[in-house]
Amino acid sequence: MSGHSNYPEWIYVAVVIALMAWVGAEAWEAERLVEHIPEGAEVIKVTAQQWFWTFEHEDGTKEIGELHVEVGKAYKFEIRSKDVIHSFNIHDYVVLMDAVPGRVNTVWFAPDAVGVHDIQCREYCGLIHYNMRGTLYVEEPSS
Amino acid sequence: MVLELQKPRPIWQIMFSTHHTDIGLLYLISSLAFLFLGGSLALAIRIELFLPNIEGTGQIIADSMTFNRIFTVHGTTLIFLFIIPFASAVGNYFVPIMVRYKDMAYPKLNAIAFWMIPPAAVLVWLGFADFTWYAQPPYSIISAPGPAADMWIFGLKILGVSSVLGAINFVITILKCKHPDMSIGQVPLLAWSFLVTSVIIIVAIPTFAAALLMLLTDRLGVSGFFNPAMGGDPIAYSHLFWFTFHPEVYVLVLPAIGMMYEIIPRFSRKPIYSYNSGVFAFVMLALVAFSSWGHHMFATGMSFTEKTVFMVGTLAAVPASAMHVFNFIATMWNGRIKFATPMMWAVGGIALFFAAGAGGVVNTAMPLDFSTHDSYWVVGHFHLFVMGTIAFASIGMVYYMFPYVTGRMYNETAGKIHFFLSFVGTILVFFTQHVLGLYGMPRRVFDYPPIPEWIAMNQIASVGAMIIGVSMAIFLVNMIYSSGKGQLANTEDPFGLGGKYYYPFEAKNPHH
Repeated sequence: MSGHSNYPEWIYVAVVIALMAWVGAEAWEAERLVEHIPEGAEVIKVTAQQWFWTFEHEDGTKEIGELHVEVGKAYKFEIRSKDVIHSFNIHDYVVLMDAVPGRVNTVWFAPDAVGVHDIQCREYCGLIHYNMRGTLYVEEPSS
Repeated sequence: MVLELQKPRPIWQIMFSTHHTDIGLLYLISSLAFLFLGGSLALAIRIELFLPNIEGTGQIIADSMTFNRIFTVHGTTLIFLFIIPFASAVGNYFVPIMVRYKDMAYPKLNAIAFWMIPPAAVLVWLGFADFTWYAQPPYSIISAPGPAADMWIFGLKILGVSSVLGAINFVITILKCKHPDMSIGQVPLLAWSFLVTSVIIIVAIPTFAAALLMLLTDRLGVSGFFNPAMGGDPIAYSHLFWFTFHPEVYVLVLPAIGMMYEIIPRFSRKPIYSYNSGVFAFVMLALVAFSSWGHHMFATGMSFTEKTVFMVGTLAAVPASAMHVFNFIATMWNGRIKFATPMMWAVGGIALFFAAGAGGVVNTAMPLDFSTHDSYWVVGHFHLFVMGTIAFASIGMVYYMFPYVTGRMYNETAGKIHFFLSFVGTILVFFTQHVLGLYGMPRRVFDYPPIPEWIAMNQIASVGAMIIGVSMAIFLVNMIYSSGKGQLANTEDPFGLGGKYYYPFEAKNPHH
């Protein structure tokens, strides 16, 4: 408007748009791979309620607050909630999915090393939200 | 400008006035009061999180319910009772003068919009609800204790109506009451930011108003829109809420950018680099504001396609935001910059705006979102906007307006100390919280397990918060003392800038 050229701004905007396109494309590609649930993943039913986690394995065994899985296997979590919205989170494996009452959300992971990890709730769910925690034990295959 | 404090008037004359500068003053004082109230709640949160609970020690706040109420009212207060009313204060002072009209288009409506805020604030503060500023059902329906929750709903309802009334007034004032000689392309960028913001408010707020009513009837048990036990869907509320409150992010940030557009060219002693790109970027942001609400809900079980659409919609906001940053830097480039206090706040705000935006790109990249979502990363990220960008621009604007409002100068040294302490404190608190989020600490927790990294970073953040607290105390003393006893300001040129590039709002200025 005031007699100077704006071309540096156009170059700059083009660079920003190109960067964002690259970020978007990379994110799209990564998410596509992450969301592909492997064939034959073992199903673990996760039930959230104020303020603890219940896990039910395929063979019917139930655990409360603790989850034992075997290293090298793929697991698919089916996440439900009995009361309010919670969020199932194993931060060390970037497992994060809301437990929404009336819905079943799925997320999967395949632990690659023996170890102990924290399970926590990451969506505000009331009085003891801060202590709605559990423990994940990744163990050697039993057989 | 009106020199309210130099010519003392009885307080009722200001309270019952419908003049735009009087209402601006009421907005200004009440919003700053809520800045201090909401900020002290933030200090309470940081003190509580300084130490985890180890064998019964380290807890300062008695129970988690109190803590949950504190962070809920902290967020509600600072968003709805500080940031939005503060923008209205600046708009009331500057917009009519910038479009060369004697007042706002509807002065009585203007007064009504302001006077809806105190009853709403009373409802929010006396209720002290605990369900976060997000009020997510079904928690807010089946678990949140009343009457606090219901008082919060009514308070927000009133604040929503107040915003819409104010927004209508700004749109009419700018479009219909501007001087006949003035084309829309000559309206200063600060007024443009209010035009764009007001349009966003008018489009976005009714959705949340509807959601609040549904939430209320759900709480009363007569409907089940969001209650899964009655066949409702809580995620429907999330959509309605974020359809309003993602655009609301721009409602908060665009006036702050407008304030920077007022301060930066003035203190750089240069015209704005590109007025047209500023207007273009404002309009672009208003459009893309409505394309990205779903990025708050990636972890609710959204399909891959939905996530992709909302990721693209979110990334689309980056180039327009970057244009504003470019505009600021290009304006300062080769300028004879005078780093008076308002300029320091504006420049600090731009730096933190850039940092906040860069963090936002990480949030929206789908796989990374699952690492940061609902963790302290998000707390750090949006606080860099609300504190680092919006509060910084707003406080810069307080210093900038101070001589015009009071006729006196604030203490420049105290203003600069305030800036340096706040800047360091903001970086200590919110950069650290980004890292804390990557370590996996969830938001909205009363206590945390004694993991050494978590303790260390929480303590850094708490120390930063204390530094901000000290700086705000300096601010308060400076404002109160200087408005009574400060040096008389030269209202023609209080910052000693000279030249012809300043104070376009002085109608008598021939260069206007």
